[in-house]
Amino acid sequence: MNLTIVTALTGLTVLIVIVELLRRRQLREKYGILWIGVGLVMLPLSVFPQALNGLSSLIGIASGVSMALFFAVVFLLLTCIHLSWEVSRLEEETRILAEDIALIHAKLESNENAQ
Amino acid sequence: MRTPSNRVLIIMPAWNEAEAISAVIKEIHAELPGVDVLVVDDGSGDNTAAVAGAAGASVLRLPYNLGVGGAMRLGYRYARDNGYDITIQVDADGQHDPRFVPELIAGLEHADLIIGARFAGVGAYQARGPRRWAMGMLGMVISRLARTKLTDTTSGLRCSNRKMIEYFADWYPVEYLGDTIETLVRAIRDGHTVRQVPVEMRPRQGGVPSHSPLKATVYLGRAFVILLLALIRR
Repeated sequence: MNLTIVTALTGLTVLIVIVELLRRRQLREKYGILWIGVGLVMLPLSVFPQALNGLSSLIGIASGVSMALFFAVVFLLLTCIHLSWEVSRLEEETRILAEDIALIHAKLESNENAQ
Repeated sequence: MRTPSNRVLIIMPAWNEAEAISAVIKEIHAELPGVDVLVVDDGSGDNTAAVAGAAGASVLRLPYNLGVGGAMRLGYRYARDNGYDITIQVDADGQHDPRFVPELIAGLEHADLIIGARFAGVGAYQARGPRRWAMGMLGMVISRLARTKLTDTTSGLRCSNRKMIEYFADWYPVEYLGDTIETLVRAIRDGHTVRQVPVEMRPRQGGVPSHSPLKATVYLGRAFVILLLALIRR
């Protein structure tokens, strides 16, 4: 019973944090909705961990809890890879901006000197 | 140096080089009249940009540090947009002797990109240990790709024709060592010809060189990874 309380509270806290971040516009909608979806799936599972047992025995995993754990790890891994990809793209974009700023600066200065 | 048809630009990426850069620019102007100098200040914390401007160079100032690769692409964009026919990459610390520039430019008759090579018979520059192995391995692989002998693939002294300038203005890798190894591999694979001209290296005029076995080993590993990536990348 104690474990159920701990997991349910954790799930709730995560949900509240995400909603609060969205409310303060600290999180883009596309990520916010993703994480709220994750929270909404996790919350009932934390209260009724046996809910997945039927599905897990169907694909040959001993218990619903370990299946949830496995898919959670896979999901987190994919999310991390996606974030690395996004960061790489952002770095490329800021790099182009930095170059453009340097070029515009130089042009402005040479115009000022010419006048 | 400036023949009626050729506009030549020296591109000098600089990061905190206020100490040496003025002398380097003045030497270039004295040795190579008519050649323009562009200093790309890669987000320096000191007054590199002001010193370079006072010494008579054009200056581009990046708002924050992008690394040599980032600074170089900006240099090539500038060269392309301002109609230069030939660019020469030169280090801001004075290790590259401007007296070799005419030889590099002459080499462009047979190639799109000329590397100023430090171990090709002229001068006494030496590397040892893992750093030397890395250079040896890189030289072997890239020489085979280029179908010519390239002994110094990590040299920062490079001379490009207009075709190469346009190529590098569009694409120039930012990652560490990408500016030396990856540029060569990709340029060769895309059908550009690369040759080398032997040059003499001078001791740096300011700052400290990085020499430790650990660093050299890390360098070997990074060089290897960059080379593999460059070979398999689309």
